[in-house]
Amino acid sequence: MLDIRNITKVFGGLRALDDVSFSVPAQSVSALIGPNGAGKTTMMNIISGMFPPDEGSVSFNQDVISGLAPAAIARRGLSRTFQHLELFGEMTVLENVLVGRYIKSRSGFVASGLRLPSVRAEEKENRERSLDILASIGLAEKREERAANLPLGEQRILEIGRALATEPTLLLLDEPAAGLNIRETRDLGEMIVRLNADRGITILLVEHDMDLVMRISTAITVLNFGQKIASGKPSDIQRNPDVIAAYLGDEEPPC
Amino acid sequence: MTREHGIALLILAALVLAIPSIVTDSYVMTLMIFSGINAIAAIGLCILMGSAGQVSLGQAGFYGIGAYASSVLSQSFGLPVPACMAGAAIVSALAAVILAVPSLRLKGHYLAVATLGFGEIVYIVLNEFGPGGPSGFGDIPPLSFAGVAITEPAHVAWTVWGFLLLVLVFSLNLLNARPGRALRALHGSETACSAMGLDIVRLKIKVFVLSAVYASIAGSLYAHYVTFISPSSFSFFHSVLLLMMVVLGGITTVWGGVIGAVIITLLPETLKSFEELDVLAYGLILTLSLLFLRRGIVPIVIDKFRSSERGHA
Repeated sequence: MLDIRNITKVFGGLRALDDVSFSVPAQSVSALIGPNGAGKTTMMNIISGMFPPDEGSVSFNQDVISGLAPAAIARRGLSRTFQHLELFGEMTVLENVLVGRYIKSRSGFVASGLRLPSVRAEEKENRERSLDILASIGLAEKREERAANLPLGEQRILEIGRALATEPTLLLLDEPAAGLNIRETRDLGEMIVRLNADRGITILLVEHDMDLVMRISTAITVLNFGQKIASGKPSDIQRNPDVIAAYLGDEEPPC
Repeated sequence: MTREHGIALLILAALVLAIPSIVTDSYVMTLMIFSGINAIAAIGLCILMGSAGQVSLGQAGFYGIGAYASSVLSQSFGLPVPACMAGAAIVSALAAVILAVPSLRLKGHYLAVATLGFGEIVYIVLNEFGPGGPSGFGDIPPLSFAGVAITEPAHVAWTVWGFLLLVLVFSLNLLNARPGRALRALHGSETACSAMGLDIVRLKIKVFVLSAVYASIAGSLYAHYVTFISPSSFSFFHSVLLLMMVVLGGITTVWGGVIGAVIITLLPETLKSFEELDVLAYGLILTLSLLFLRRGIVPIVIDKFRSSERGHA
């Protein structure tokens, strides 16, 4: 579904990504892991079009999407969340999800200003769908709260809800468990599995929480200093000596 | 539109209906009419600044186009006034598109600079090529609806504030539907907006056109009310004044534009007792409110009201 081919990205003198290739099969829960500074978030930003790669290409459903604007990529059904939350803080929880419905609806300036019957019908449908999403992620009761007033865990969940409102076929989650406690992380894992199983959404996850990654992913790619060092099933990754070395450090002779 | 907005609109509508019985002094009536005209233009600027985060320093340009285009259309071609106002709004909208498309494609405050230049160009063009040149022209047909002239001050006030109510309803509908939510989201996070598939440049162009159309309607109302116009009413100073209304009232809600417009229009009159010092007092009040009421009057009042409500509950 998503094919990353020979992606290289250089910032100044730093090769943030160096000839990285991997693919995300349809219907999978894939994970991209690696120590800090491995280039995971850079990869997420390249996939979602926040900046272009220096070399290589990204294909989504066989079409090359690298070079397209983020909005164009989103309209093709690829949605994302952000490690550093990017919610619309002054708007309510429900309104945040409603903004996600934007590309699935059409009402323009004039029609909305005049509140034509077509606008009312569309608003009603968008509201129902958004409330459904909020119910499925457990935020229905907080729909009228300002997004900025939610605790961090719920803000992360709301970002997922907002992304779901765009009806994506591929969802990129950038460190969704960062800052969550053990229970919240467990709930999040269950939710991701459910989204994948019930809605058939393919997931690509960047995550530090190894427990979560090993539990829910079906395929893992490991980056270290911008290079791919391994990819495979969770059980293979856990045994891979290069991965262990990257996370725990190579054995070095004592000084 | 939320319930609070509905209630506020009803209260305003009732006040508008009561204008002739509240306002008996003809000079105060004139000020009321000017407040309403300014409020219409201020609401447009409010939406532009509060949502798209863009500043326009050239709203007087659209205000001027609205006034001149509508006057010329009605005087020279004898078209009905409402049709002339619509025609002027279309001219303003076209000018806004031509101005916004190149400047909003660039990131940053290019639009502000472009509008500054635009306002000056309109002013110079009106001075050089406008009917009557710098001294302007008169005998502009008065406001009229279905062939009936509206000249009685109280009726003009109803018309102006009626337009203002329509503009408010339109704006509130818009802000609480798909395009308006997108605009408010833009103010929250442009990064997230693009990840949600929103075409940010298009949205900003559209909201700029909207603000231009509002300014144009205000300008047309002004021209058909005073029936004599000259370029000096549409100078850079008027753009700054509109900006001041919006900043003072608060950019996060359209009500800020209304309150700001009323205060800024009435302020010079209430300061008459300071005689020559009125300009100083005027400047002092504005400076102090920018220092201490940074978010604008309306948002501060709403917050106070909400927190006291919570305190009682």
